This record gives sequence, C-alpha cells and structure tokens, in this order.
Amino acid sequence: MAVESAGVSPSQKTSPANHRVTWEGCSVLLDINDGDRLVFARLSSAATLKIGNKKCSLRPLIGCPFGSLFRVEMGANGSHLARCYSSCILAENAATTQDKDYLHSSSEMKDNRSLFDNNTAQSLSSEDIDAMKREGATGDEIVEALIANSSTFEKKTTLSQEKYKVKKQKKYAPKVLLRRPCSRSICEAYFKKYPTRIGSLRFDALCLLLSMANVGAYSDVLVLDMVGGLLTGAVAERLGGTGYVCSTHFGTSRNPIDIVRMFNFNSEVNSRIVHATFTDLCISRENDISSFHQDLIKTEGEIKNDKILDESIQETNVSSDRSCTSHEIFNAEMIVQSSPQTDSNPPIEDDEGISVSSTTVKSISPGRQASSELVNSWKERGFSSLIVAAPEIEVGSLVQKLLPLLSYSAPFAIYNHCLQPLAACMHRLQASKMAISLQISEPWLREYQVLPSRTHPHMQMSAFGGYILSGIRICSDACNGSQEN
Amino acid sequence: MFSSDPSKRNSFKRRICDGDLVIVYERHDNMKAIKIKVGLDFQNRYGVFKHSDWIGKPFGSKVFSNKGGFVHLLFPTPELWTLVLSHRTQILYLADISFVISYLEVVPGCVVLESGTGSGSLTTSLARAVAPSGHVYTFDFHEQRAALAREDFIMNGLESFITVSVRDIQGEGFPDEFCRVVDSVFLDLPQPWLALPSAARMLKQDGVLCSFSPCIEQVQRSCETLRHNFTDVRTFEVLLRMYEIREGRMEVGRNGGPMVLKPHKKRQHLSSEGECEDEERPTIMVKPCNEARGHTGYLTFARLACT
Repeated sequence: MAVESAGVSPSQKTSPANHRVTWEGCSVLLDINDGDRLVFARLSSAATLKIGNKKCSLRPLIGCPFGSLFRVEMGANGSHLARCYSSCILAENAATTQDKDYLHSSSEMKDNRSLFDNNTAQSLSSEDIDAMKREGATGDEIVEALIANSSTFEKKTTLSQEKYKVKKQKKYAPKVLLRRPCSRSICEAYFKKYPTRIGSLRFDALCLLLSMANVGAYSDVLVLDMVGGLLTGAVAERLGGTGYVCSTHFGTSRNPIDIVRMFNFNSEVNSRIVHATFTDLCISRENDISSFHQDLIKTEGEIKNDKILDESIQETNVSSDRSCTSHEIFNAEMIVQSSPQTDSNPPIEDDEGISVSSTTVKSISPGRQASSELVNSWKERGFSSLIVAAPEIEVGSLVQKLLPLLSYSAPFAIYNHCLQPLAACMHRLQASKMAISLQISEPWLREYQVLPSRTHPHMQMSAFGGYILSGIRICSDACNGSQEN
Repeated sequence: MFSSDPSKRNSFKRRICDGDLVIVYERHDNMKAIKIKVGLDFQNRYGVFKHSDWIGKPFGSKVFSNKGGFVHLLFPTPELWTLVLSHRTQILYLADISFVISYLEVVPGCVVLESGTGSGSLTTSLARAVAPSGHVYTFDFHEQRAALAREDFIMNGLESFITVSVRDIQGEGFPDEFCRVVDSVFLDLPQPWLALPSAARMLKQDGVLCSFSPCIEQVQRSCETLRHNFTDVRTFEVLLRMYEIREGRMEVGRNGGPMVLKPHKKRQHLSSEGECEDEERPTIMVKPCNEARGHTGYLTFARLACT
C-alpha cells in the first residue's frame, strides 16, 4: 500500500471518498489511552501534544494511515511518539480474549480473599522507577518490573491481573490512536467529553436525522443547526461536494458551525455549506414574518447570553492546557473542563476535555452567505429536506414556518430534548394538513461487552437520546389546483 | 429514487410522469409502490384511481378515487421503500440501517460490499450514500432472490450504483478483484465468522466492517474471529421507541369530583386553531406505543488493523 508523501493533500485528488492517510495541515482526532482523553489536533511539524508530563511532537503522525497506533517512547532527546504495528495492536486483542472461562475452568481457583489494600504490595519505589526511566527503560519494561515486584500480583485472578496491567500501561506506556475525524468520531468525542456543545445529540440520533431527511448526493438540505455545526458537517459529508446544505438562522446572528472545521473537507465540500437568514429564504407572500420575527429575537437573545457565559468560563480554564497546543487555537473549541451549564446529560467523564491545537489552513471556508441565485433557485424548486436540531428551543412554531420552504413530498426530521413540544407540533401539522407520515420516535442505544463467557451489556449507558419528529410535507389542496371530484 | 442527474430530483417543478415510481400513501401503516402507466388503474378500499389522472400532478399531491376516497402520492425514498418492499427475507429497518450507514462511514465515492442482499432494504440506503460516484456490490447465494432484488433496483433507477451477484460468500469469500479496494463491508449471514477472513482481505486499511446477527452466539463467535485482524471491535443494539399522540379535554368530574382527562379518538383534528376558549382548549397527550420491535439484531463493528 503506497503511503502518500507528507505535505500533499489528498483532498486535491479526484476521489471524494474518505482519506486514508494524514498530511501536513490535516485535522485529526487523537484518542489517548482508549478514550481517556480525546484531542482534536491539526498536524504540523511544530504541533505538540502533552501526555502526562511529557511533551511530544505530532510530526511522526504526518503521512501515517488513520487507525495507526503510537506509543510514547523515551529517547535521547526526551519523549517521542513511535508507531506500533499491527502485531502489537493485535497482541492486545489476544490478551483480552484469552479464554478466561472462569465459569467452568478448574484451573482458576484464585479469588481476592487474601488481598488487603495496605499499600505494601509494591516494593518498587517511585525513585526506582525514575532511575529506570533515566536508564532508558521503555514503558513496557517498567510495567513488567512493577508486576515482578508486586507481591500480590500472582494471587490475583487472571481478570484482575489484566486490569492491573492495563492500568499500569496507561500510566507508563500511554498510547495514542490516530483517528479520522468524521461525523461518527466527532459526534462520539463530543458526546463523551462535552455533550452540551452538541446539544447532547447522540450518534444514533444524528444517523436517524440524516436517514429520515433522505440526505444524499444532490440534495438541497435546509438545516437549523444549533448543535455547533455537527449537523451541518454530517450533512455536508453525505453530500460529497454536490447539492447544498443551507444553515438557516433567525435575526442577524448566525448559529456557530465551528465543528465543521474538524472534518477534513476540501474546498468543493466547503463551498456547498452556506448560510442564509430565514427572511431571505422566505417566500414573503403569505407569511406574516414581522410578528414571527419578534418572537424569535427574544429567544435568540436568551441563547446569546448563554453563549457569552459559556465562553467566559472556558477562557479562565484555557491556560492550564495551552501547552499542549502549537500555534493558533480555536478558542471557541478549547475545552478544558465541563462547564456548569444546565444540561440533562452531564459529561460522563470529567477528565481532560476536548481540545484543539492547530494552525489553520486557508482555502474556501465553509458557511459562506448563500448567493441570491441560489436562494432564488430554492424558492423556485424548494429544499429537498429539512433537519432541525435546536434541542433547547421551542420548535413548534418554527417548523410551521420552515415547512413551506420544502418541495412537496420532501421529508423532514425535528430533534428536540422535550417530548411535549414535538407532540404539540405534530398535532398542529396534522390539523393544518401540512404533513403526513408523522411519527415521534426516541432512539435507544445499548453497547455490549463481548468476551468469552463474559458477554453482557455495558454497565453504564446513555439513557436519553432525545426525541425526533419526522414526516413528509404534502401538497395542500390549495396548491394542488382544482380537484375533479 | 435518486440519480446522478440533479435535475431529476424532486422539486416544486417536478411533476409525476408516465413511468415514474410513486409511493401511494393511504396511512402510515399502509403504503404501496406503483409504477405509473397510462391506462392502468389503482384499486383499494377507497375506490378506483386512474393512473392517467395522476400524471402532471406534483409529488405530495392528494388524489381522489371514483368514490371520493383519497390517497397521497409520494416521491420514493429509501425509507419509504423499506416500508413497501416485498419481504423475501427478514429485512433491516430504519434504526439499524441509519446506524450502519453512518458507522460504516459510507460517503459519496465509497466502494461497499454487502452479503446477503436479502430483500434489498439496506442496499437501497447504501446506494444513496455512495452515489453519485461510488458503488455497492451485493451478493446473495439465492439465485431467484438476487434476480428479484436486481429488478427492484432497476425499478428504483439504482442500477448504476448497485451490482447484484449470485455467490456464496460464506463458502467462497468475496471475489479477488475487490482486494484492498473496499471502504466498508456489511455482512448479514448465518455464520459470519466464515466470511471474515475474506472481508479482511477486501478492506482498505482502517476500513470498517459490520456484521448483523440476531443471536448473541453468532456475535460471540464473530468477535473471537474478528480479533485476529481487526481492532475497535464493538457491539451495539439500536432500537426505536415510538410515541402516539391523542387529543383530550379536561372535564370536571361528576359532583365536583377530580378533573378527568377524557381522551378523544387518536388523530382527531381540531376544526381550526385558536378558535376555542382557554378552558375548552384540548390537551395533547403523548404516550409510548404499546407494542414495539423489541429486538432486530446485534450490530458488531470493527476496523481493519493498520499494517
């Protein structure tokens, strides 16, 4: 498999499909120690990442395939990231799947009855470990030494031996997995570390929105994205440089779509991400826009206040982690601690959050203003679908205003955290005969641990994925012309 | 359904033509796919509809029968197709389909392998995701099933995105021509572990595989095999809970008893909004439906380890 040379952006190639190899300036998601830390970074020879108390250059990651695994290794000039190859990755797999058939096996007679937590089990002192490090011992060697010097290790069950080893490896031999930023990895990273930024939009709910709204090539998708740009990015990913995703907003201030920059979109895809105010999109003949607007300005004001508060909290926290970034930082995305925002889903882990280190690459930036030709073409043809992800605002009245912008028979999907407004909205749409095939659904997602004799659902799960109202806009009798019957 | 010609997409200007595929919508649980042909009639319990009366109307129109009954004519989408297709096998539904497409990271231009084709429910959504420049190669060992699926894809105008072949993937593996050119693989097979070594040879590095299995024993065995070549092995179950709404009115109980919520018939409409006084205003009640699909299958995903 040819490895593309660093510095050449594969985005300039004709194939619009997923990139397989990183390049200088590319956005990546770094998964440190199996999701303990998730860091968005932009690769450059100057970019660094701080792991524990060590600062590592991200340069070795340039030109590597996505999915590569790296380990922090000590060298003459301090720590650096060294790539592990598949044998090493798969050896780990084998370790977890070793037949630990403790239900039937007779050899496994150990249990933890003789284990006491009195801090004397480990005979290796922290000075000993430091000495080993100075002598250039690898992380794995330190872990082996810790095991050899643990008086209780042999008495542990194989399961707890495994746990002990993993814990020590994370500390002394941390690993960094190079992930490709795509709607799935970005959504999962935010959902895990900073759900409020994306309106707690769980990945399965995002998938449903895309399917329900029939998003595919050559679609013109109207979105109301109040989930930081995750929705806009996910739609643009499906368009692959065709069609358009139009992020609409009410009043003058646009909804932020910063998350779009995490995807490695080329100029062609970026040029398909546009924004337009609702007023511009509106066919002003029937709708009483003025009164409608006043309602909205009110809600918007409230939202803006939240934002300001949110950002000031971040500013105060930024300094502690600034060392892990290289040059410019997307301040808006610099997240260090979970903010005390009101949210039904607090972060599951409050480790170090998601942070972005970058030097931005200039090309066509996403989210330009939609040209008047484009807006006119939508007025003539109608949008092919609508997705609303405004989890915290009352969507009922909005939907009735947005639906006329859709072609007849166009599907739509509305995501919200609350059931009642969607029910009221559904009822109104039924009564006004604007839509059919109306359905409120709630996604439910459960992950499983699958291991020999140890298969069961995960102990912790997200209990809430929001609600989605979906339906299909119809051609009302008035616009259908005269009926024969 | 969709094509590489953007002018063919549904729009205000698009009218139903002779030869179009339309979804005839009676109710949310009663729809049918019809190919328009001048001279043909469509009959249901509401009466007889002439195809020729439908031509020239926009999609989304309400059309009437000789007896005054009506249906809506919808533009076909993969989601609607899943609801109307003829079940030759157990099929995948919306929740699983949407999760699979996104998790497999299928975007325009991708090459995707699928086995078995079954009734083509997932295949149709895969085709939408790879269009306009990618392709779905789908395999089924059942010759007649493959032929019927092919007919369906042609009827939906998807033949340029999907190739159906007859092949026993568990027995023979995928054809060698796909070696290292495939972005994603989807398996819905009784013994998926038999096809995994072949799938691993087809995928590009870091390519994603999904195996759908109804039984946990299948998952167990697949996961053991997957760990030889794959990483990030994760198993999920994804379901939907549906809600129904009813309109009710608050009524004071007899002899000053407690207020009682009187439910009306489901889907009853208001005469018009804002007409009624506050105390008369109906309450919208929402509750989960009594029945739901409780299990479809386990979805196991994994990425091919980088060499």
